[in-house]
Amino acid sequence: MAVTAGAACRAVVARDLLIAARRRSDVLTTFFFFVIVVSLFPLGVGPAPDTLREIAPGVVWVAALLAAMLSLARMFGADYADGVLEQLLLTPQPLTLLVLSKVLAHWLTTGLPLVLIAPLLGLQFDLPAPALLTLLVSLLIGTPALSLIGAIGAALTLGVRGGGALTALLVLPLYVPVLVFGAGAVVASAAGMAAAAHLSLLGAMSLAALVFAPWATALALRIALE
Amino acid sequence: MNWFKYSSPQTFYPLAGKMVPWFMAAAIVLGVIGLYIALFAAPTDFQQGDAYRIIFIHVPAAWMSMLIYLVMAFWAGIGLAFNTRLSSMMAHALAPTGALMTFIALWTGAFWGRPTWGAWWVWDARLTSELVLLFLYLGYLSLVSAIDDPRRADKASAVLALVGAINVPIIYFSVKWWNTLHQGSSISISRAPSMASIMLTGMLVMVFAFWAYSIGASLMRVRRGILARERGASWVKEQKEC
Repeated sequence: MAVTAGAACRAVVARDLLIAARRRSDVLTTFFFFVIVVSLFPLGVGPAPDTLREIAPGVVWVAALLAAMLSLARMFGADYADGVLEQLLLTPQPLTLLVLSKVLAHWLTTGLPLVLIAPLLGLQFDLPAPALLTLLVSLLIGTPALSLIGAIGAALTLGVRGGGALTALLVLPLYVPVLVFGAGAVVASAAGMAAAAHLSLLGAMSLAALVFAPWATALALRIALE
Repeated sequence: MNWFKYSSPQTFYPLAGKMVPWFMAAAIVLGVIGLYIALFAAPTDFQQGDAYRIIFIHVPAAWMSMLIYLVMAFWAGIGLAFNTRLSSMMAHALAPTGALMTFIALWTGAFWGRPTWGAWWVWDARLTSELVLLFLYLGYLSLVSAIDDPRRADKASAVLALVGAINVPIIYFSVKWWNTLHQGSSISISRAPSMASIMLTGMLVMVFAFWAYSIGASLMRVRRGILARERGASWVKEQKEC
């Protein structure tokens, strides 16, 4: 009985979401990590509203980067340990599509919650309403790129010594453009300028990552399981 | 002539051994000539005084840092595509020299920036992207050393090098744009338009010295890598005897 690629992808997404629903603490840890990191900054730099407004875009985006990076170990880690990944590699369906499904499930469980809570955190930093909306939109466009690029780093460091810190070293430099345009969009919006240019570039980066990253991730997975 | 003859570690090892002294000698001779021009022959800059002389080190190092990353990604890609061991070893051997050049470029840049701009560090586009390049080198080196299986290390680091090579221009342009957005009129590193020809000569000589050093040092490192990787092979054991 042949399984179409679409059905296989749906099954992978459904399985990963089910696992996430069963192990809710994993998802919540990343979420609260994000909230706590953002909340630490006012304590560090002082509660002056002008300063907070100025640093808010960068703080929220950097915290999103760190939270995305922290959750990468879970993307393939458990599947690598219990052999599911090997089975995925053996399936006749294209590995790039299966990888894409896993990244999608990862983004739904770790990226999307950050996007949804970010405006509330922005409110704590006294961001004006248009900037809050831009923050939401920029994170919505940008966080998929974080999951996609991060998947490459996660696949490369599978089962390698010092996995977590190593993944950070590999992935964070690659996140620089996403950070620049994501935070840049919010800064522009807070200053009353149009954020469309930043958001377009951010979208372009996410699309480019969508095309190239699953392919590189699939290659890295094959190398890891050789 | 069969070029593929030297694509095997066994035949490349003695060839590299013959080339190393030539490149190192060239590096020393060109370095001495270049430094003489830089420190004695070249006139003092009327705007920057003697502080500008650091560019004779800074500019070649910055060029090499970027070039070596591309060469490293090239060899890594060849190694990944054709499964040639020597290409991957070459990529590994280039990385420490590249990281060193990046570090020298950043360090000398700071020394140049202090008297010229009045600051050790400015978040200029070139400085920032050079810093990110250093991070990319460090990531590559730590991935290579973290994986015990040498063949997996070859391939995994090759994927990383290629992903990094695609990202280098994106990072450069994003940082450039970020910089113009945040700082308005940023300080430009671009030098005075007309450079005295003796300065240009000195810089070119230094560039060639850095080329020769980088090639020589990488060949020395690749020889060591070959010996470490092929230590079980019979030809290596014969080498030790003679």
